[in-house]
Amino acid sequence: MDGARDIKMNSKTKSMSMIESIRDAHDVMMGRDDNVVVFGEDAGFFGGVFRCTEGLQQKYGKHRAFDAPISESGIVGAAVGMAAYGLKPCVEIQFADYMYPAYDQIVSEAARLRHRSNGEFTCPLVVRMPVGGGIFGGQTHSQSVEALFTHVVGVKTVMPSNPYDAKGLLIAAIEDPDPVIFLEPKRIYNGPFDGHYERPVVPWSKHEKGMVPEGYYAIPLGKAAIAREGREVTVLTYGTMVHVALAAAEETGIDAEVIDLRTLVPLDLEAIEASVKKTGRCVIIHEATRTSGFGAELSALVQESCFYHLEAPVLRVTGYDTPYPHAQEWDYFPGPARVGEALTKIMEN
Amino acid sequence: MGRENSDMQQATDKDYPPLNLHVPEPKTRPGDKPDFSHIKISPVGAVAKPEHDVSAQDIKDLAFEMVRVMDEHGKPQGEWALELDEEILRKALRAMMRIRAFDKRMMRAQRQGKSSFYMQALGEEAIAVGQQLVLQKGDMNFPTYRQQGLLFAQDFPVMDMMVQIYSNDKDNLGGRQLPVLYSFKQAGHFTISGNLATQYIQAVGWAMASAIKGDRKIATGWIGDGSTAENDFHSGMVFAGVYRAPVILNLVNNQWAISSFQGIAGGEVSTFASRGLGYGIPSLRVDGNDFLAVYAASQWAAERARRNLGPTFIEWVTYRASAHSTSDDPSKYRPKDDWEHWPLGDPIERLKQHMILRGFWSEERHIQAQAEYEDEMRVTAEKAESYGTLHAPKTKRSPAEMFENVFADMPPHLRRQRQEMGV
Ligand SMILES: Cc1ncc(C[n+]2csc(CCOP(=O)(O)OP(=O)(O)O)c2C)c(N)n1
Ligand SMILES: [Mg+2]
Repeated sequence: MDGARDIKMNSKTKSMSMIESIRDAHDVMMGRDDNVVVFGEDAGFFGGVFRCTEGLQQKYGKHRAFDAPISESGIVGAAVGMAAYGLKPCVEIQFADYMYPAYDQIVSEAARLRHRSNGEFTCPLVVRMPVGGGIFGGQTHSQSVEALFTHVVGVKTVMPSNPYDAKGLLIAAIEDPDPVIFLEPKRIYNGPFDGHYERPVVPWSKHEKGMVPEGYYAIPLGKAAIAREGREVTVLTYGTMVHVALAAAEETGIDAEVIDLRTLVPLDLEAIEASVKKTGRCVIIHEATRTSGFGAELSALVQESCFYHLEAPVLRVTGYDTPYPHAQEWDYFPGPARVGEALTKIMEN
Repeated sequence: MGRENSDMQQATDKDYPPLNLHVPEPKTRPGDKPDFSHIKISPVGAVAKPEHDVSAQDIKDLAFEMVRVMDEHGKPQGEWALELDEEILRKALRAMMRIRAFDKRMMRAQRQGKSSFYMQALGEEAIAVGQQLVLQKGDMNFPTYRQQGLLFAQDFPVMDMMVQIYSNDKDNLGGRQLPVLYSFKQAGHFTISGNLATQYIQAVGWAMASAIKGDRKIATGWIGDGSTAENDFHSGMVFAGVYRAPVILNLVNNQWAISSFQGIAGGEVSTFASRGLGYGIPSLRVDGNDFLAVYAASQWAAERARRNLGPTFIEWVTYRASAHSTSDDPSKYRPKDDWEHWPLGDPIERLKQHMILRGFWSEERHIQAQAEYEDEMRVTAEKAESYGTLHAPKTKRSPAEMFENVFADMPPHLRRQRQEMGV
């Protein structure tokens, strides 16, 4: 890991939504490196159904930003070929729920090109996809698929929780010499979401992480961020659930330390260990289903590395092991009430 | 960048000009004058109707020409013309007009926040309706989200569709599924997946099962032009061709995926219908806005399937007149008035014209019928809304329901999670 890489910061900042900061990351990298190409379903002329690639075709031309046929395996397969040639493809899968046809290309090909050719061929590509619920998308527009990638050897898995991180992490992902899966929680594209769906939507312009430096900066993959410092319990989470965890900490008055993992593979175990050893308690939160979710891995690691510091069993708050329901969305989504209950429960021990 | 990535190979042979990438582009974009000169249209009645037991090779030209029956006056022409009973035509027109009234009402309901989502079939109503009218009880359709016509052609109760769209207490899917992704087994309507193309091969598998069991049922598979790029399209074609499955493989070419035109799916280089030839499947290209052509081609294909002659692949040429869905704004990527210039017209207008010509329909009757159907949809929607809408349920649905039908028997871990939920 090159965690020591400089984070070069441009002093000028601009208010951006996560969509805009992702678009900006593409723009910065396409401007810096002719080898960066962008494609996906509706991603060219139209700029993507979430508009994350809007304007790129107009600015960089059709040979560098273009529409792809509706073939996720084709999109990733072509990207593997391009990456092996020396390009830096950054491709979009319209929804994570539609990545399954591409899974073979990711698992069997992108992830293993380097290893099986003993370094002769490599695959520096980024596969972006929106994840998570909260938009009444039902079972085919709501899934959180991170564990399907963290279990695969040879790909890195990233999930930002705000515009600032999204831009810096996407730039690092595009620069990375290996395949990176870049998961974008769609519910927080336009504003932070703490799970209080009945309240008005807050835009990123009202949030400090919505202030994004212009130009180039990279946030190294594999480094967690402390979203809230605290002494009583460590919360390990990422993506949308960072905001839910922060809300639950405020609402319960429990002094939780909320760690935004940002990158799941490679994982910042150092940051996790330091926090859990300090607080002695650990709650893990993700929106994805529970069984064999990334929380299970985190729980095992905490147990392995912090067992003698733990004052209570590690708890998980996750999605239920059912397909994401449409009408019952808010019963399914692990909101601040459920997270708050877990925080309260772990403090009773 | 690692060493291994930087040594891009430079071609040494300078005799050739540098390569460049071809990216298909539609003829027109917003602000341009609509132009459909690239759509190859055969003269009405010009295409021969083959025997049912032809091979794909024998009728190659049918994959490039276009089966058309009604001329510009609504008069049937050529070998594909059938003298259809007044009753069938009335039924078809009624179904098509009711779809349009239904779509209009459900669009409005979505705009009012009563449902989360909707998708219209505007401009392509003839296709699903025409096909359903040649099917029999026991046959199974594997539709996409734009074949509501399969239900309307059976006079399926619109109430059952509306309550699904509203995700209310009476929704047969218990609010699980996105609006319009219906499942109505008794009406031969397979549960619709949100994942494109996956069900094309499933239709073939269902048809193979009927053949394995020595039954008499056939299946229909449905796919859009854009979705033919998916691997499952290929799988469906291979299996259907290899096992001569009793299936009708429909491809609705409405010229657009979401924002990408059919050229991005390969429509620029050949007709979609011609793809069937490589799999050895007799393939037709048909005017999908010509009800008489739709009916005749569907009947021909169904007959082939029932006589164990195998699959038929049909490209229905039509136009997606509406937005892709309620989440889409087509004025961003195509001329606003495209549909008005679509050379194959409006399927409802064309069938109306034919029926007037036959002497059992009139403009007045048509206007009356339209008002009647719009009224029917309004009244039914109001009734459906009285059972609740997505954000205003009549009774709060028990969250426990989401744990049902994950498995036949609920395993202990799900039972535990349901208990944790406190319900
Ligand atoms: C596997 C998969 N990829 C992407 C999508 C998103 N998506 C839904 S509809 C659509 C366009 C489909 O176009 P087409 O096949 O032409 O059908 P039409 O909507 O025109 O009827 C796309 C890209 C999806 N539902 N499933
Ligand atoms: Mg289409």
